[in-house]
Amino acid sequence: MDGAINNTVAAQISRRGFMVGAAGLTFAFTTAGVPAALAARGKEVTINPWVTIATDGTVTIMSPAAEMGQGSMTSLPLILSEELDADWSKVKIIAPVPSDAIYGNPGFGHIQYTAGSSAVTGYFNALRTFGAQVRRVLLDNAAKHWKVQIAELTTEPGIVVHAASKRRLTYGQIAAFAIVPATAPEIKPEDLKKTSEFRLIGKDVMRVELPSKTNGTAQYSIDVEERGLLYGAVLRAPVEGAAPESVDDSAARKIAGVVKIVPLSYGVGVIAKTPTAAFDAKNALKVNWTRTAKGWSFDNDKAAAAYAATVRDLSKDGIVWGKVGDARTALSQAATVYTGEYLCDFAYHAQMEPLNSVASVSPKGDAVEIWCGTQSQTMAVAAAAKAAGCAPDKVTFHGMFLGGAYGRRGHRDEEFVVDSILLSKEIKQPVKVMWTREDDVHNGRFRPMTAHFLRAAFDKDGKFTAWQHRVTCELTTAYQDPLRFDKSGHRDFIDMLGTELKTYDIPAQLTEQFPQDSGVRLSSLRGIGFTANKFATEALIDEIAAQRKVDPVAFHLMLLKNTPRGQKVVETVARMSDWGRKRDGTALGLSFIDYSGSLLAGVAEISVDKGSGQIKVHNFWVAFDPGIAVQPDNIVAQTEGSVVYGLGVALTERITFVDGVVQQSNFYDYRVPRMSDVPQIHVEVIPTDNHPTGAGQMGTPLVAPAIANSFAALTGKRLRQTPMTPDRVLAALKA
Amino acid sequence: MAIAFKINGKSIRVDEPRETRLLWVIREHLKLTGTKFGCGAGLCGACMVHVDGERTFSCQTELSAVAGKSVTTIEGLAPHGQHPLQKAWVAERVPQCGYCQSGQIMNAAALLAKTPKPTRDQIVEHMSTNICRCGTYPRIVRAIERAAKEA
Repeated sequence: MDGAINNTVAAQISRRGFMVGAAGLTFAFTTAGVPAALAARGKEVTINPWVTIATDGTVTIMSPAAEMGQGSMTSLPLILSEELDADWSKVKIIAPVPSDAIYGNPGFGHIQYTAGSSAVTGYFNALRTFGAQVRRVLLDNAAKHWKVQIAELTTEPGIVVHAASKRRLTYGQIAAFAIVPATAPEIKPEDLKKTSEFRLIGKDVMRVELPSKTNGTAQYSIDVEERGLLYGAVLRAPVEGAAPESVDDSAARKIAGVVKIVPLSYGVGVIAKTPTAAFDAKNALKVNWTRTAKGWSFDNDKAAAAYAATVRDLSKDGIVWGKVGDARTALSQAATVYTGEYLCDFAYHAQMEPLNSVASVSPKGDAVEIWCGTQSQTMAVAAAAKAAGCAPDKVTFHGMFLGGAYGRRGHRDEEFVVDSILLSKEIKQPVKVMWTREDDVHNGRFRPMTAHFLRAAFDKDGKFTAWQHRVTCELTTAYQDPLRFDKSGHRDFIDMLGTELKTYDIPAQLTEQFPQDSGVRLSSLRGIGFTANKFATEALIDEIAAQRKVDPVAFHLMLLKNTPRGQKVVETVARMSDWGRKRDGTALGLSFIDYSGSLLAGVAEISVDKGSGQIKVHNFWVAFDPGIAVQPDNIVAQTEGSVVYGLGVALTERITFVDGVVQQSNFYDYRVPRMSDVPQIHVEVIPTDNHPTGAGQMGTPLVAPAIANSFAALTGKRLRQTPMTPDRVLAALKA
Repeated sequence: MAIAFKINGKSIRVDEPRETRLLWVIREHLKLTGTKFGCGAGLCGACMVHVDGERTFSCQTELSAVAGKSVTTIEGLAPHGQHPLQKAWVAERVPQCGYCQSGQIMNAAALLAKTPKPTRDQIVEHMSTNICRCGTYPRIVRAIERAAKEA
């Protein structure tokens, strides 16, 4: 990859492009020895495409992930720095030119794709190895320089030390004479630090970009300024697949500042001199849309009834997602079968920065420069090349901070990036296309509605023998990323993850999906399938415990008898919430999840206004075992945030459709949590020596079941649908 | 036709249609991009600035309405971003995506200007005009309490 390291002298160094394997990740190892040109320049040495060390000691590390507030821009370079034993105060973090081959996440299909709370867990081993390799190269060079054995050397942050002779060389000093080997040194697991030796991991380093987010200097794509910048807006078809049939733009053209109206396959674009003119003109367009698209007939209330009928019809089998043992036989032979039926509505991301992008197509149309906030740099480059009609290496990519994402900015087609490219292509000037909040809601891609039917079997001895979880929903993975859906053998992991109960002692398990195809727009959303699936699962587990007259904490400890880490988080959250204490007017509810290796338990304390049906959450406690806690306070912050997110999805957030058209528009009819809605949130992180697992969204799925379960403890009634709105609460109280 | 007002202490004249929303004047004309577009409807507070010291949704304010007035944005809140609230925001590690935080800080600054030692309930009531989708609310409360204590 030519110019893999942008904005540094290194980009000008010709490299020999040795390919070596390291921890499953292929990367282009760089120069064999220091080129004459570099030595003459004498400023820095590139050890590999991830790390450059300058003679002044500055260590430049590539940040492969998108930064959307989750902190990967800090935590990933931190992991590499740990094994490199870098002086963190001299680390500079920059974004590389996108490349799946070099910077793809080994834990996420080797693509540069920041999603699924997979950055730290996916890159952890590779980055430790890279750091250790670079440290080894520095040690080798110092040993040769001093003519001593490498075993006599140690490092302190940024310094190689020969204790016997009390000699020291900074990494910068070594960079001035370092010879880089042709192949990367081999690093064995025992060469890596023990967790007790960590100087950076687990120590709560300040997130590098955080201060810039307190003074207005952090740059998002919406903030990009380019010479000659024009503003764009797009009126999109209300329904996926509809196209403009006839367009009356006479009123739009009369608006001062409008430069051009651009017909698009999926809508109508406007280019104008100001944002106001672009938005006004977009609103003045009158468009008749083709009516053939499937989605026009979609009505969520009708669909909910049909979904529920499908999911509970046991005469039909679904597509098997997960299967352990023979659940059907165990269910047929059970002494007792418990069933539960649940429904979760569509939900919208509501990231605070409405979707937008900036593009500048070259005058000849053979190259494009883009600025965007995307969860996948490489998908954005591919989509840009396709939209501009140029080769991918003619795309110059600028990854900006993401003003929230939660899954919305990780679609294969990167439609909000394509907007600005198509408009810029038309005018050959830079164009910033901004969606209004109404555009962002009306053209949202939603967490799908899901209907759940569950059965749990106990034998005559009271042993929990089988579990069945049937889910009816649209295929989100197929819509969001058709390529990955095909590659995975049509596995809809976005919706189905969270149905399997790996850590519960239930010998037979069957999870099935009944895929629907209604033509609605879909997306992963913070917590993905876990949010709906754990609502159903943990609500039924709680109901079973109640019917069998077992305390929910004791019942969970029994289910988790083979998972001591799971028991620990349940015991911890019980202690934190003072579980056994009776409250006056409030009650507690418990939930537990195992989410991609992360183990969490949550307890909600709620009260209910029986007149209005309003639920108030007073406290929410979380105990969280993420394995090695790379940035512990950041894990707390992410958990607080994901609990708040879960609160909205649990209580108020709901997208509805009539004749395929989204009925909500802005924050007045799509209600997300405000400060006055938020309980006291108490998070305890329990670090262990296990491989680190995700933290960005794991709190979200804990919330709805904990609330539903505390509602049952308080009222004796079950809430089986999210959001648990006042009307649904009143209906449940009357039932 | 140009409209004269002060922005972050500096007198300026802006020649834009008088009904243009202050948000777009600040962002696209004056290039002060710390003030954000969030909802365009006065519902989220990402656009919050001070007009003569009063918290104001700049997306709901016409340019003509600030004639002769003094507008303060996040860039002008304090020299070098060292307002006690900004320092507290870093100390409590408030921001996640960060997009709403200029508006949150401007909103909090308006609170402390009038109520230097707010109670927790006063903080919650005042700050509930603004949305943070990352859910940094617990830390916003702590940062305001810290700034109130240290100021």
